[in-house]
Amino acid sequence: MTLGFKLKKRDEPWQWGAPIILAGALLFSFIVSSLLLEGQGKSALDGLYILWTGAFGSAFAFQGTFLKAVPIFMCSLGVAVAFRMQIWNIGAEGQFALGAIGATWMALTFPNMPWYGQLPLMFIMAFIFGGIWAFIPAFLRLKLHVNEIISTLMLNYIAILLLEYLVFGVWRDPSSFGFPMTVEFSEGGIIAGIAGTRYHWGIIFCAIVGVLLWAFMRFTRMGFELKASGEGPRVARYAGMPYGFLVIFVMCVSGGLAGWAGAIETSAILGRLQPSLMVGYGYTAIVVAWLARLEPRNIAFAAFLLAALRVGVENMQLKMQIPAAFGEIMEGIILLSVLAGQLFLTYRLERKQDSAREA
Amino acid sequence: MNRFLKMFALAACAVMLVALAACSGGEKAEEKPAEKTEAAAPAEEAKPIKAGFVYVSPIGDAGYSYAHDQGRKAVAEMDGVETSFVESVMEGADSERVIRNMANDGFDIIFATSFGYMDPMKRVAKEFPDTAFMHCSGFKTAENMSNYFGRMYQARYLTGLVAGSMTKSNEIGYVAAFPIPEVIRGINAFTLGVKEVNPEAQVRVVWTKTWYDPALEKDAAVALLDKGCDVIAQHQDSPGPQEAAQERGVYSVGYNSDMSGFAPKAHLTAAIWNWAPLYTEAVQQVKDGNWKGNQSLWVGMDKGVVDIAPLGDMVPEDVKKMVEEKKAELAKGNDIVFVGPIKNQKGEVVLEEGKKADDGQLLGMNYFIEGVVGNTE
Repeated sequence: MTLGFKLKKRDEPWQWGAPIILAGALLFSFIVSSLLLEGQGKSALDGLYILWTGAFGSAFAFQGTFLKAVPIFMCSLGVAVAFRMQIWNIGAEGQFALGAIGATWMALTFPNMPWYGQLPLMFIMAFIFGGIWAFIPAFLRLKLHVNEIISTLMLNYIAILLLEYLVFGVWRDPSSFGFPMTVEFSEGGIIAGIAGTRYHWGIIFCAIVGVLLWAFMRFTRMGFELKASGEGPRVARYAGMPYGFLVIFVMCVSGGLAGWAGAIETSAILGRLQPSLMVGYGYTAIVVAWLARLEPRNIAFAAFLLAALRVGVENMQLKMQIPAAFGEIMEGIILLSVLAGQLFLTYRLERKQDSAREA
Repeated sequence: MNRFLKMFALAACAVMLVALAACSGGEKAEEKPAEKTEAAAPAEEAKPIKAGFVYVSPIGDAGYSYAHDQGRKAVAEMDGVETSFVESVMEGADSERVIRNMANDGFDIIFATSFGYMDPMKRVAKEFPDTAFMHCSGFKTAENMSNYFGRMYQARYLTGLVAGSMTKSNEIGYVAAFPIPEVIRGINAFTLGVKEVNPEAQVRVVWTKTWYDPALEKDAAVALLDKGCDVIAQHQDSPGPQEAAQERGVYSVGYNSDMSGFAPKAHLTAAIWNWAPLYTEAVQQVKDGNWKGNQSLWVGMDKGVVDIAPLGDMVPEDVKKMVEEKKAELAKGNDIVFVGPIKNQKGEVVLEEGKKADDGQLLGMNYFIEGVVGNTE
């Protein structure tokens, strides 16, 4: 008698698979996390409740989560566009930094402009800067066959050093006692809050961009070509699609979106450029894009959930004195189980015993 | 087959929803009695003062945040005071949310212990006028926000005296975080100590551009050791440089807390923080209702906020005695560190003979003095 199961490929994809797997993986992760909490002598039920209230429990908490999700969403949107075409842009972090630099440059150059002059300039420059940072690896890949995973990753470090060079050097606020930060942007360079809340107009901008991108991928010929090229570059070339152009195009859009994220975070949240802008959203974006399986709508959802987890864990720290590392462990467990669970989208478990008997 | 799968999927969803609902129902039931007891408590005794702390790194780092947390523990010992903290909080947007969450949660006094928390704290302070905000190492204040820091350069100077006495190669390495005034001031004070006992010696600086990266900071120390340095000092929160010195069999000077546990053979001493007196005083003021905003507290050895760790056994008695004497002088409140003549790296006099640097000069210090090898970029 044999025990256990074996995997068998599904004849057709599991229709309700994605939500079930997500729910199952979340449940599994919360059970494991609860055991970890109990192991530390803390009440798991209290923990989950505090996590929940910290992330969504009040209008106040919800706001924190929402604002945290914005830059992750925007970067992830950019990453997903490139991933759709199987161009592996790991450089959202650097493109985010360059976008922030571009926007800051405009804000510092035209401080006297009103917002309707200054903000568009900042956004245009952020897109151009982020786009250029992504264009470089795209160009290198097409002309010299340089692997874009390596080149985008390496450009991240250069971008962060460039940002540091600027805020420690030429852009340093002379009245900051030598601390690395630019002067505060003038009122026209700061994205305002909506009706006096901390929700800012950048959120509306992000939502519009998300919808446009979804429509572009879904309804336009170019969107179709992008997806087709991702499935097989040779086939795409054979079908007369401009593969080289498409690579350049997706990378520039991808970088530009990350650049916008940088501009929004700099202008709406910090109000000036300083090194603490860089907290790794560009890398989080990659995780979110994969969790969401590259769909813009799912990305919004996944970015929000991940932000909720991170914000909620802060509340757990405050109320229960669990170490910060617990949050990272929890995040890791969730990501791993969701990704591992996706195996069941294409495979299903079958009892070994039965097949043995048949044989 | 397909229909069966759909049915199964629906059933699974339903089960999960029920499970989730049961969970959340259970949580609510758990929570309610807790609320009640909380509401009942104030009738019996005065509401405790709540003090919150925000740290930039994990408290287990034996470094900067660990030192602040030791201060928090002293506060927690006080009567009628509750404390809590959040660690590993990124500067910028994250810190603003954490500080706001604390203020919203009814904390009476909040300590934000890193420079990058300054602007976020100031924004939150505006929204919560009844909460006392204390920011460490910055320069902005408000009606309900004060800043505080310690004159760490005094302790640095003392450790410089020790390092200058112990070096044989006359090359001392200094692994430093970021070229900001706080760090530059520390390097200069250290160098003043070194030069006082050993005019031949020089201090080599390497910037890591990190506060806490054990591997990188250790590598930076190794690079300095390869250049012939035989004492390694550090302005970092990890013990990486200490370990590098221990492995090469040379000496080291720690920072933040007594790091001798990481490098018992190498550790000469360390420039250490002792936040307990400052934190307990501030919390006591909040308790008594006489805490004030718009203050800039910059306290030194006279208040015991900065100190040096006990000197290691390898340090000769006469050096120990000399350091003790200088320390006693500083503890009396006589700041003997930045007294002219002091020259910059180009040899130009930046502080005239006999003159003392004022706080403005110290806080904005962005140049190295003579005897430092490296640049402030």
